[in-house]
Amino acid sequence: MDVAAIAKEIKRDDMLQMYHYLRLTRALEDRVTALYRQGRIVGGVYTSHGMEAIAVGYASALERDDVIAPYHRDMGAFLIRGFTTGEILAQYLGKRTGPTKGKDGNVHMGDLRRGVFGFVSHLADNLPVAAGAALAFKMRGESRVVFTGTGDGGSSRGDFHEAMNFAAVRKLPVVFFCTNNQYAYSTPLRLQMAIPNVVDRSKAYGMPGEIVDGNDVAAVYLAAKRAIAIAREGKGPTFLEFKTMRMHGHSEHDPAKYVPRELLEDWKQKDPILKAERLLKELGYGEESYFQRVAEQVKSEVEAGVEFAEQSPLPEGPEMLEGVFADGADSY
Amino acid sequence: MVTTARATEEVSYLEAISQALDEEMARDERVFLMGEDIGTYGGAFKITEGFLQKYGEWRVLDTPLAESGFVGAAIGAAMMGLRPVVEMQFADFISCAFDQITEVAAKNHYRWGAAVPMVIRAPFGGGVHGGPFHSECPEGWFFHSPGLKLVAPSTPYDAKGLLKAAIRDPNPVIYFEHKFLYRRIKSALPNEDFVVPIGKADVKRVGNDISIITYGAMVHLALDAAQALTEEGIDLEVVDLRTLIPLDKETIYSSVRKTSKVILLHEDNKTGGIGAEIAALLAEDCFDCLDGPIVRIAPPDTPVPFSPPLEEFFLPKTSDIVSAARKLAAY
Repeated sequence: MDVAAIAKEIKRDDMLQMYHYLRLTRALEDRVTALYRQGRIVGGVYTSHGMEAIAVGYASALERDDVIAPYHRDMGAFLIRGFTTGEILAQYLGKRTGPTKGKDGNVHMGDLRRGVFGFVSHLADNLPVAAGAALAFKMRGESRVVFTGTGDGGSSRGDFHEAMNFAAVRKLPVVFFCTNNQYAYSTPLRLQMAIPNVVDRSKAYGMPGEIVDGNDVAAVYLAAKRAIAIAREGKGPTFLEFKTMRMHGHSEHDPAKYVPRELLEDWKQKDPILKAERLLKELGYGEESYFQRVAEQVKSEVEAGVEFAEQSPLPEGPEMLEGVFADGADSY
Repeated sequence: MVTTARATEEVSYLEAISQALDEEMARDERVFLMGEDIGTYGGAFKITEGFLQKYGEWRVLDTPLAESGFVGAAIGAAMMGLRPVVEMQFADFISCAFDQITEVAAKNHYRWGAAVPMVIRAPFGGGVHGGPFHSECPEGWFFHSPGLKLVAPSTPYDAKGLLKAAIRDPNPVIYFEHKFLYRRIKSALPNEDFVVPIGKADVKRVGNDISIITYGAMVHLALDAAQALTEEGIDLEVVDLRTLIPLDKETIYSSVRKTSKVILLHEDNKTGGIGAEIAALLAEDCFDCLDGPIVRIAPPDTPVPFSPPLEEFFLPKTSDIVSAARKLAAY
């Protein structure tokens, strides 16, 4: 598929905005990685390095009222949903100003008002939950859509299959995706499943599926748009397999020596930012000086975030006792 | 008058649950039901019989056989403003949804402030020869998971009032309904809307000599034992916990302070059970007022056996309580 030809369907402003978020995601995660190496981060760090186009592409394709139940390398989706770099860094530093007020760390953050479900480490646990949100939209006759996914590893979990089956049976307005980055921690795809493509799993549920170049933000955006349109029309769920490569270890403490270096070199050429720049040039939407400007802009956005996070207070110990139970549930 | 007739009519524990569901669905359009075979078939125990015809297939959802999947879906729907009531066909099958309940529903509000107002109905308990997979009392698993509320009614009044309270509660509530009581326990219910507040125990029989702290079907066993002991001059007080989380320590403590002797009775197996926790609490907070050892009556640590003599041996009996009470009274 000639993405450059089809990408003309994407509005110039949308393309430029996606480029901004690709750079912002990269800059933010690079900064988080640097802070981690300095020992300033509380807990682990899981980045989307080399995979930024997936979250940026699908989150850009959604409407404001839609809901996202993200995968753990979907930083771009948080940024697009309005999480500031300051809030996100505060989360990584365990500060009270982070979205979980220090109760949870890293990408384990969510906010119902911004339509983002908090991530659960038990991979694929959020897929049935996302299907349930879609059920609520369908029952109330709303035209809202849910976007949710997991990795190639998570697609082996029962909850992945239970969610897809339930959503297909009830034709729910949900889009499932798999970020196939070829490794689940150190486990390669060939030890995860006996089939070459994760998308084949969706056939068993009578669900249309598509393989998408996960490093091409325009391809991700367009595929997401198609799947979202099907969901919004009441025709049920779609499955998207985003092929990509995890360029860092499972987490920043993992040097990922189990990944052949040649494979990484190969995928480096397919870097989503480089790809987006080539596409922007081809479409006549941007050039080197513009790319440079965006790089500087996002850098200052990230630095402002670091300053906010570092100046934010840590929570007081006894605050850990708060919030086990809710006392009112009618706010959403 | 119809209303007067209904007030004096005896309602079974099962009908009380059914009434609560029906009334809450009529009162609040956000309330809907999910579970296996709850639609056309009306549920394995017929609690939702006729509901599909009355409320339609989107408020009475027959689900695929996948507990984790539909409990997860209930969590998502609850976060989006609906009020799901999920039926576990048998409480035993709740283990398939353990992950969604303990990791997602229980931790959700604590982690990122999103409430999960949902109810899981779990038909539990033995005495019906269901064997190891249809008789379990799994409340202990969840008793240890912060973020969940647990209730276990013993009478039609409590069954109806606690289910209504659970549906109106902004938290995930597991509602343990005892299968043995379904058609065996009946009473008249008020005509007007009522709830039994979550977190309040109930003294089902006032007594002065020994407190029995219990819940579920065992409440009736305790009452039978109390009756049997009156002639011997041993006066039992029967405290029905009704809610296991949050536990009503105040009612437990005031009963034990009055009687100074206590028997903890439950149908879940003994080790690490609710009785163990209450024993520890009493040792911590009421040590000075105890005039005898804390006695626990509970099944041994085995799965629930199938054959009648085996199951009978497994389950606590009135005679167990009577002999324990005699010993404790003489202590």
